[in-house]
Amino acid sequence: MRTLNVAQGVAWRTLHNVVTNPSLLLPSLIFPLFFFTAFAGGLSRISNVPGFDYPNGYTAFQFVFVLLQSAVFGGVFTGFGIARDFESGFARRLLLAAPNRTGIVLGYAVAATGRWLITASFLTAVAFAVGMRVGGSGVDLFGLYTLALLMNGAAVLWSAGVAMRLRTMQAGPIMQLPVFLVLFFAPVYVPLALLQGWIHGVATVNPVTRVLESARGFLAGQPTEVGLAYGTGLALVLFFSVWAVRGLRSAERAG
Amino acid sequence: MSAFADQVYLLGRRSVVRTIRQPANVVGPLIFPMLLLAVNSGGLKAETRLPGFPTNSFVAFALAVPFIQGALFATMNTGTDLARDIQTGFLNRLSLTPMRGIALLCGQLGGVIVLSLVQAFVYLAVALIVGVRPEAGAGGVAILFGFAALVGLGFGALGAFAALRTGSGEAVQSLFPVFFVFLFISSMNIPRNLIEVTWFRDAATANPVSYLIEAVRSLIITGWDGEALALGFGIAATTAVVALALASWALRVRMAR
Repeated sequence: MRTLNVAQGVAWRTLHNVVTNPSLLLPSLIFPLFFFTAFAGGLSRISNVPGFDYPNGYTAFQFVFVLLQSAVFGGVFTGFGIARDFESGFARRLLLAAPNRTGIVLGYAVAATGRWLITASFLTAVAFAVGMRVGGSGVDLFGLYTLALLMNGAAVLWSAGVAMRLRTMQAGPIMQLPVFLVLFFAPVYVPLALLQGWIHGVATVNPVTRVLESARGFLAGQPTEVGLAYGTGLALVLFFSVWAVRGLRSAERAG
Repeated sequence: MSAFADQVYLLGRRSVVRTIRQPANVVGPLIFPMLLLAVNSGGLKAETRLPGFPTNSFVAFALAVPFIQGALFATMNTGTDLARDIQTGFLNRLSLTPMRGIALLCGQLGGVIVLSLVQAFVYLAVALIVGVRPEAGAGGVAILFGFAALVGLGFGALGAFAALRTGSGEAVQSLFPVFFVFLFISSMNIPRNLIEVTWFRDAATANPVSYLIEAVRSLIITGWDGEALALGFGIAATTAVVALALASWALRVRMAR
């Protein structure tokens, strides 16, 4: 119960900060939209490449990537907030005040989810407004958004672990760069089968590829590799939960 | 004249040394554009199978992008360094000396040009290693270096102008997303004639960054294309002249004794 109280307090404060501060809210809304525009608008001719077989068109194909990207970066940006809290000294006071400190990690994770839900609603509304074609049913779409939520959770737990170990805003690139690389070493612009050379090899073993391909399958109404994608998502969440909690312990030891 | 040259030399050396001492300022402009080139050239290789695509090497096609991205980083670095000089009071102390304001600008931008040339060298070296051969030959490579210096000068002056007007490193950093939008809404990933969506093609055509990219690209994949080079150099030179004029004016205002 005390864990939930702490989580609720941390989540409310973090979300309140994001929603009432345009410099935090606007980039998380505008950047995914910008990537969606740049990829779906600028590169739509790629759907004419022989072998491109996604049935719902290039807009839907790119929407799924940008949705997952926004989920992951929603988690990373929340990690920036944790680092900022440590730099400003707020997190130290929080550690002193919280009767159960695991609730702090949980609170940040809940805030990241809330933050991403705002972005996802906005992005989805824009995608429908520009005529994105959806082949999946309600259940399929639920599957798509749940997968994105898992990625959001994994990303915030990864970032929280880094932020709590390093406790400085200068840790930003360490949180961001690996995530950026893992995302872009997946089949971003074309299906996996059309990738050639070294990137095909990297994408094949990249766990994000399973999630991305499965999410695209949900949107098209042709679910594929569902078990593998959910297994990957859950494994990432579990692994980074341990990472984040150990980060919390590291922050506790640092005082 | 000799005193002026001394001032420019000392401030230019300070700019270069300060950049070298901050690894993030050197590594970022070198590594990040190369990473994006690697990712995009792998992911978008299939694009070369589109009818009308001008080359069968996406690396050669996309190599122009790091040159412009590097210039964006130069803008941010120059602006942030200059803003720090303002915030720490270094500029105020300089204004108590006989130093001429324009020497500060020349010195700062001299450092940016050096960094731009290093970046161009690294980008070209990586491209050569992976098998790209510029169609314009050795002469084209020389032109590429000149172009990189000119673009670095123009964008660096823009960063200096932003820093001198706002006096804030954060304000300069906030310009980065704006420049990034210009980069993405351009012909960076696909030739303009192959862009399917009309509004995007129109936006890319109206975007001056498209012509900067296409000037570099022409030397690599086409050879000598007078129109592309004239447009690219014209836009780069205009940007440099306008940005230098604005930065000089802002410097006069900032250093009013």
